[in-house]
Amino acid sequence: MAMTLNDDQNMLRDTARDFMASEAPVTHFRKFRDMGCKDGFSHGLWKQFAEIGFTGVLIPEADGGMGMGQIEAGIVLEEIGRNLAPSPFLTTSVAAVEALKLADKAMRDRWFPGILAGETVIGIAIEEGVKHRPEQIACVAERSGNGFKLTGQKQFVVQGASSDMLIVAARTAGAAGETDGLTLFAVDKDAAGLSMEAVRLVDSAVAAHVQLDGVQLDADAVIGEVDGGWAVLSKMLDAGRVGAAAEMVGVGAGAMDMTFEYLKTRKQFDRVIGEFQALQHRAAHLYGEMEGARSIVLKAQSLMDEGHAKAELYVAAAKAKAGLACNLAVREGVQMHGGIGMTDEYDIGLYMKRDRSLNEFFGDAYYHADRVATMNGY
Amino acid sequence: MSDLETFRAEARAWLEENCPAEMRTPAKGDEDVCWGGRNFVFQSEAQKLWLERCVAKGYTVPDWPKAYGGAGLTPQETKILRQEMAKLGCRSPLNSFGIWMLGPALLKFGTEEQKVHYMGQIARGEIRWCQGYSEPGSGSDLVSMQTFGEDKGDHWVVNGQKIWTSYADKADWIFCLVRTDKTNKYQGISFLLFDMETPGVSTKPIKLISGNSPFCETFFDNVVVPKHQIVGEVNRGWDVAKYLLGHEREMISGMGGDGGVTSIGAAMKATLSQEPVLRAQMALFDVDNLTFRAHGERFMDEWKTGKAHPAYSNLMKYVGTELNKKRNELVMSIGGSQALEWESERANGGSKARNWLRTKANSIEGGTSEVMLNVVSKRILEMPGG
Repeated sequence: MAMTLNDDQNMLRDTARDFMASEAPVTHFRKFRDMGCKDGFSHGLWKQFAEIGFTGVLIPEADGGMGMGQIEAGIVLEEIGRNLAPSPFLTTSVAAVEALKLADKAMRDRWFPGILAGETVIGIAIEEGVKHRPEQIACVAERSGNGFKLTGQKQFVVQGASSDMLIVAARTAGAAGETDGLTLFAVDKDAAGLSMEAVRLVDSAVAAHVQLDGVQLDADAVIGEVDGGWAVLSKMLDAGRVGAAAEMVGVGAGAMDMTFEYLKTRKQFDRVIGEFQALQHRAAHLYGEMEGARSIVLKAQSLMDEGHAKAELYVAAAKAKAGLACNLAVREGVQMHGGIGMTDEYDIGLYMKRDRSLNEFFGDAYYHADRVATMNGY
Repeated sequence: MSDLETFRAEARAWLEENCPAEMRTPAKGDEDVCWGGRNFVFQSEAQKLWLERCVAKGYTVPDWPKAYGGAGLTPQETKILRQEMAKLGCRSPLNSFGIWMLGPALLKFGTEEQKVHYMGQIARGEIRWCQGYSEPGSGSDLVSMQTFGEDKGDHWVVNGQKIWTSYADKADWIFCLVRTDKTNKYQGISFLLFDMETPGVSTKPIKLISGNSPFCETFFDNVVVPKHQIVGEVNRGWDVAKYLLGHEREMISGMGGDGGVTSIGAAMKATLSQEPVLRAQMALFDVDNLTFRAHGERFMDEWKTGKAHPAYSNLMKYVGTELNKKRNELVMSIGGSQALEWESERANGGSKARNWLRTKANSIEGGTSEVMLNVVSKRILEMPGG
């Protein structure tokens, strides 16, 4: 396929761009941050996402969704990133939906309607340490009655305390370090034995530490196959990774555009500072990094949509590159803005905070560069 | 099947039938590359056959019009043909500055007669071209060039000197920037074509830090160039030169060693597994390499559909050449002391060291990285200032 957006995709981008600019510009994010919102996002905006069709972008048409792919989800995410729009889109409409697509009909019927309506939020409970190491999952699901009993802890569950359901990865066999023996479960937020501590993150999102103390689950809570959860988990993680990468393309682009605009207006030494070659070269280099990130993200999305064997490699490279490029964009952004870039009043610092969280989400650039090396055979 | 799938099947079948087995093995060095031209000596019968078959099919320049020696393929068909060639490991039948640089400029600025004559010669591999741009005093500031063509009615008499003329000592003809008006800087340059055997033309190879001499100094001493051997209008050669530089940048930016996404890390596994920091550098390089390939693919798709910014090739040139330099730094580090050996057979005649040194020119030739960043900053980002 050609590495350019087609007419339908361009139209979707225009729709998403106009929607975010009018309904969820940075002022929207500030409003919810400043009110100390316990969710870290607006349920009203989530409803609006549903009305325009975004929440079901990846849900198959047979299940009532738009039946689109990662490219289209990424188009929405880029505009979310550009505007720092707070929403459960990445966790619920991208990661959770990709996992639920592999679930049986009963489970899809239980959760997809709520997602389509913008009423349901789903948290992804994978991480057990401060760094992303999915194969190290130690949380245990013992056989119990006609189902399972979950024991363990999870962290960095973004919007976990606002979720109606958590997708929890746990070990039904094998030991930490093995990819075999994992199983994914849909766990209701009100399940007995489940407790959460909500914590505010640097970017004002709210994440949860989750305790699972013998949470009793029926057998129908399993997503996919028992002991074969790695396949579902990989699909979910890769969708989340390429999605986070697309959002970082938006965050980086937003920070970069704002910074370039500043270079063209800020005067020092009686000149617009954008005239200085020291800044021009850094600006041009940054533009090249961001253009590269945009390209590898598009490549990874299209390979995922094709079901290509190399998709995993490109998703890892895309998450790494988007992370590095977006990080450069926000660092250069704050530096080139000078003192004003350090103020809370100015938006550039908000982009820096968002970048930090997205970089950490589902594996940082170093984690994914390491995977690229492994997949490349060294 | 769609038309493109049909084309892919046909191209594949044609390549299977026509590309000799020997031409499906990787070229070992520059001596295996077919550059064509009057004095070219084929290394094998297979090399000659492969060129002849591609010439007959128009596949030395697949996207050129049939009337000028090409196959008239669309951008998508050309991309498919290249993909199928890559899958079979087919060597390029013909490398030439004529294909990469002069041809596209002729297609845009040449007369019909010039297109049929010169592009046809290029497509058939009959004439090997070199480029006369840089001068000793005019590198990054190319427009300050002084080589002068004096108007003598039906011809010019050219005097001056060019430098960094790639393979001038092996080329048959030169496309050359010549000042034809000393009073006008930008609109005083003409784009002339002439035979390197014309009396008064001489070349002198320059030995580089790699020990090789791919570049020459080229001298013009009262060289007579007939008036019809001009591309575009008199004194408007800068337009042609700029257009052509875009293609040169595209070409240089494509130089990534193997031209593909294959990691060089796997072959170095034994070393990398003992050197965690070096392995990490290699991993980050692979991320950048995969990124650059995707970036190049996206750029070409946008370029060919007219969506790319006209100055975008400057960005690709910058990114691609810096990446290639980094790659060769890693190859040297991984190679360790053996990569330092300059002549031994063990080190393949110092090929790693020589390639490493050669790549240092990537970010100088065809516009330095610093000039590329200036152009990107001013033309794409529209930063202020002169």
